[in-house]
Amino acid sequence: MVTISPVSQKSAQIRFTLNGEQTDVSFAPYKTLLEVLREDLNHTGTKHGCELGECGACAVLLDGKPVLSCLLLGVECNGREVVTVEGLGANGALHPLQEAFADLGAAQCGYCTPAILLTAKALLDQNPHPTRDQIREALSGNLCRCTGYLQIFEAVEAAVLEIASQNKPA
Amino acid sequence: MSQQNPPGGKSNTNDGELRVIGHARRRVDARAKVTGQTRFADDISLPRMAHCKLLRSPHPHALIRNIDISRAAAYPGVYLVLTGKDLPIEYGILPVSQDEQALCLDHVRHVGDPVAAVIAREELIAFEALEMIQVEYEILTTISDPEEALATPTPRIHDYGDEGNIHKRVALEFGNVDQGFAEADEIFEDTFFYQGNTHLPIEQHASVATKDPDGKLTIWTSTQTPHYLHRALAKVLQMPAAHIRVIATPNGGGFGGKSDPFNHEIVVAKAALVLDRPVKICLTREEVFYCHRGRHPVLMKFKTGVKKDGSITAMHLQTLIDGGAYGSYGVASTFYTGALQTTTYHVPRYKFQGCRTFTNKPPCGPKRGHGTVQPRFGQEVQLDKIAEKLQIDPADLRLRIAESSNAVTANFFRLSTVHLSECIRRVVKSSGWREKFRKLPEGHGVGLACSAYLTGAGLPIYWNKMPHSGVQLKFDRGGGVTLFCGATEIGQGSDDVLASIVAEVLGLETFDIRLYTGDTDLGPVDLGSYSSRVTIMAGNAALQAAERAKALIAEAVAERLSIAPERVRFAEKRVFDSAAPENGVTFTEAVCLAEARFGTIGTVGSYTPPKSPALYKGGGVGPSPTYSYTAAVVEVAVNPVTGWITVPKIWIAHDIGRALNPTLVRGQVEGSVYMGLGEALMEEQEFRRLPKKLSHALVHKFPSILEYKSPTSLDMPDVFTELVEEPDPKGPFGAKEVGQGPLLPVMPAVANAVYDAVGVRIDEVPITPEKIMKALAEKKAGRSPRFGPSHFPHVEWPEALRVPPPWEGGDGNAINDVPRREKVKPAHQPQSRTPEKDQVLSS
Repeated sequence: MVTISPVSQKSAQIRFTLNGEQTDVSFAPYKTLLEVLREDLNHTGTKHGCELGECGACAVLLDGKPVLSCLLLGVECNGREVVTVEGLGANGALHPLQEAFADLGAAQCGYCTPAILLTAKALLDQNPHPTRDQIREALSGNLCRCTGYLQIFEAVEAAVLEIASQNKPA
Repeated sequence: MSQQNPPGGKSNTNDGELRVIGHARRRVDARAKVTGQTRFADDISLPRMAHCKLLRSPHPHALIRNIDISRAAAYPGVYLVLTGKDLPIEYGILPVSQDEQALCLDHVRHVGDPVAAVIAREELIAFEALEMIQVEYEILTTISDPEEALATPTPRIHDYGDEGNIHKRVALEFGNVDQGFAEADEIFEDTFFYQGNTHLPIEQHASVATKDPDGKLTIWTSTQTPHYLHRALAKVLQMPAAHIRVIATPNGGGFGGKSDPFNHEIVVAKAALVLDRPVKICLTREEVFYCHRGRHPVLMKFKTGVKKDGSITAMHLQTLIDGGAYGSYGVASTFYTGALQTTTYHVPRYKFQGCRTFTNKPPCGPKRGHGTVQPRFGQEVQLDKIAEKLQIDPADLRLRIAESSNAVTANFFRLSTVHLSECIRRVVKSSGWREKFRKLPEGHGVGLACSAYLTGAGLPIYWNKMPHSGVQLKFDRGGGVTLFCGATEIGQGSDDVLASIVAEVLGLETFDIRLYTGDTDLGPVDLGSYSSRVTIMAGNAALQAAERAKALIAEAVAERLSIAPERVRFAEKRVFDSAAPENGVTFTEAVCLAEARFGTIGTVGSYTPPKSPALYKGGGVGPSPTYSYTAAVVEVAVNPVTGWITVPKIWIAHDIGRALNPTLVRGQVEGSVYMGLGEALMEEQEFRRLPKKLSHALVHKFPSILEYKSPTSLDMPDVFTELVEEPDPKGPFGAKEVGQGPLLPVMPAVANAVYDAVGVRIDEVPITPEKIMKALAEKKAGRSPRFGPSHFPHVEWPEALRVPPPWEGGDGNAINDVPRREKVKPAHQPQSRTPEKDQVLSS
């Protein structure tokens, strides 16, 4: 039997932007971004459902693109920009997606919700007026067992209208 | 503070106008959920917290000869290693099935059964130390399915149960079915198979336990049933329940999968007590598949006699149930496979025989629709066959035989409101059924099916005469209203239900109500989030507590306004004279007036379901204060070359009584349709044998989310949902359940639609392209165009308990058993007097 010696718990260190804030963090080098966020930075808004890249619950935005934080090592994020659900709202106000999800029943147990919100935000950043099919396609990697997805689609569509009306010059 | 039941069905709280109930609203916990601030069990981290991992059996069936933990215990960073001898006391959700050990002492019964636990400074260290535990196993014969279990009485998986590897056999006969069949014009016999599947909540089970500074125990855990876990912990840890606090964290999806007390919960509780430090466990996804407690695979045989007009003369149902390795809710599940056949259509004579076997697979248990889903599939597909043979439209057939309000069924379930016919009419109209059925082009089809479901189980898991749910309300001088209740938020919206009822009665908004739920220390008992019981039970308890508070406040305000209390109204955060609305006080002032008049204001409410007329043994499973009804039409497109099935649209109508929050109700309906569609088309808990040169062990075929297929956003069809809102006098503001019932008609409606599309019967779930291709090949070869089980094996059934139905003068007792009508017992009769084996079970 091979003797294994415990890995040093804090030997990796990165500096990255987390929700707009420059952040330095030390952690065990084997840790995924998911684990660094939850365990070393106490950002527990990012969830996990498999830690194998299958369920989509851990999605965050890396340089604006949705990624599965369970498949990304923390050390790969040096110098990068990460947005989690904690960084979605601004100045004490919820993001229009969050408002719409809350109002329209798009969050039931709420466990897959943070990742779906971020994936939807990435879609709207790219394509401010997606069709229903484009929304379906964009969210197809995020499993939700509660809603049957339809209220999620409607919430994204409601947020599209809200964002458009906010951006309209007065 | 009496325990009297609230009358229920109240809607006359103020001026008759409902300001909260029935309005689409943001749920009370929505903000927490969309900001990621809902605190799930694994989000909890405590100072000095250690981490736990479980060593699980690689063998489906074996005896443990020896466990050597010395190397693991000596590994740096390991604080504690536990084995079966540290937690030897058996437990289980049902009093009749106390057959689990937190860590197996000497016998493992499925791949994944835990044998040891390591608690260490870091999760990784615990993982590494697991490898250092040496376990010597003696391999036993594996029992892989019910037919094998029937044929292989030894080795026994458990040393209890009806016989050999048969866990439970039941037989009930309501009226003489042979006579019923003799009166029939046509008799139909069909066998069906419903494959097992699992809940797949996205949240993996997690628990954190800690020894409180005063030496008591607290556990935060993703459970749907904190009260039952509380009892199991007290039993296994041999601690007074009063020194244990169970906090059910909001569940990241439950669907029944977090309703048992689990080994990992007991292990971290024990470890926290031993180490005097917090201990956490979070299961991997693979481990969640081993916890299971999901849908039982069930083989069914339906024999149904009908008159030419479609009326049923008799039905005989046999079920053979694959229970997996433990009892879990299985005895209740067994009765449930035969319970609700009588609640949708009038069945004058009914016989049910059910048999649950143990097998060496993860234990099955309650999944959404618990035990009633599988026979509902068989019944509704068989009705489709009956309709075709009798040349009656399947919708019309159902309309002819649908049960009516306030009926008592052959098996003595008292129905309350029944709006099944209205549900059928709605989906027939909305789907364009008359223009589509048997009229769509080849490859396209529509299917219809119906269902009923409990609105709360009529009896608790363990026999007692206490309420099933309790609510306390506390009022403070700032106008704050705080609600305490054991009800558990699993995503279904139980917190919102409670807040909406209290807010409506007191003229407030849901945001004004502060909620403390799912905590055994803070709130009165609610039995848990299962059997669709929370809205009716906790809801009625909340209604009673709110009405009592309202009466106190109204009296104090009436005094101040010098009017009769009957004239006091509560609305828009004011309490005022209904004859002169400007004459009044704010709600905050009203609470202060009441406190000045009566002292500290606090009220309680509680709810106990009405007594059931089903007095025979086994009649404890199935009674409910009221039942929900659903009808669905599914449209499918089947590619005749590949067998590929797509579902473009589903129409569903649900008899809910009243929708307390239509946004949430729609979510429950659509979520049920989604989960039902997953079961219909792809979800299956399958097992396979490893090659002989390996261990030949029976292993889970795909314990991962990637391979266990579930519908994605791309698979979800459009759903047209209609709610039939005829308030039920039993429900708070007339509400019935919605969390489970709408799942039930989906699978049979898909099967019936496939037949309409390509003319083949798939008498099995899931309905896969492969099965369609096989049935199409049969059709092409001129044989029976069908895919499904060919036979139902021989089972030695016990003599049926014979219960004459109400219309044959029955009183709810079996004529060949000791009468079970409850006698009035002396007030101080010890509860343990009731022998455990005789307890009526329910879930």
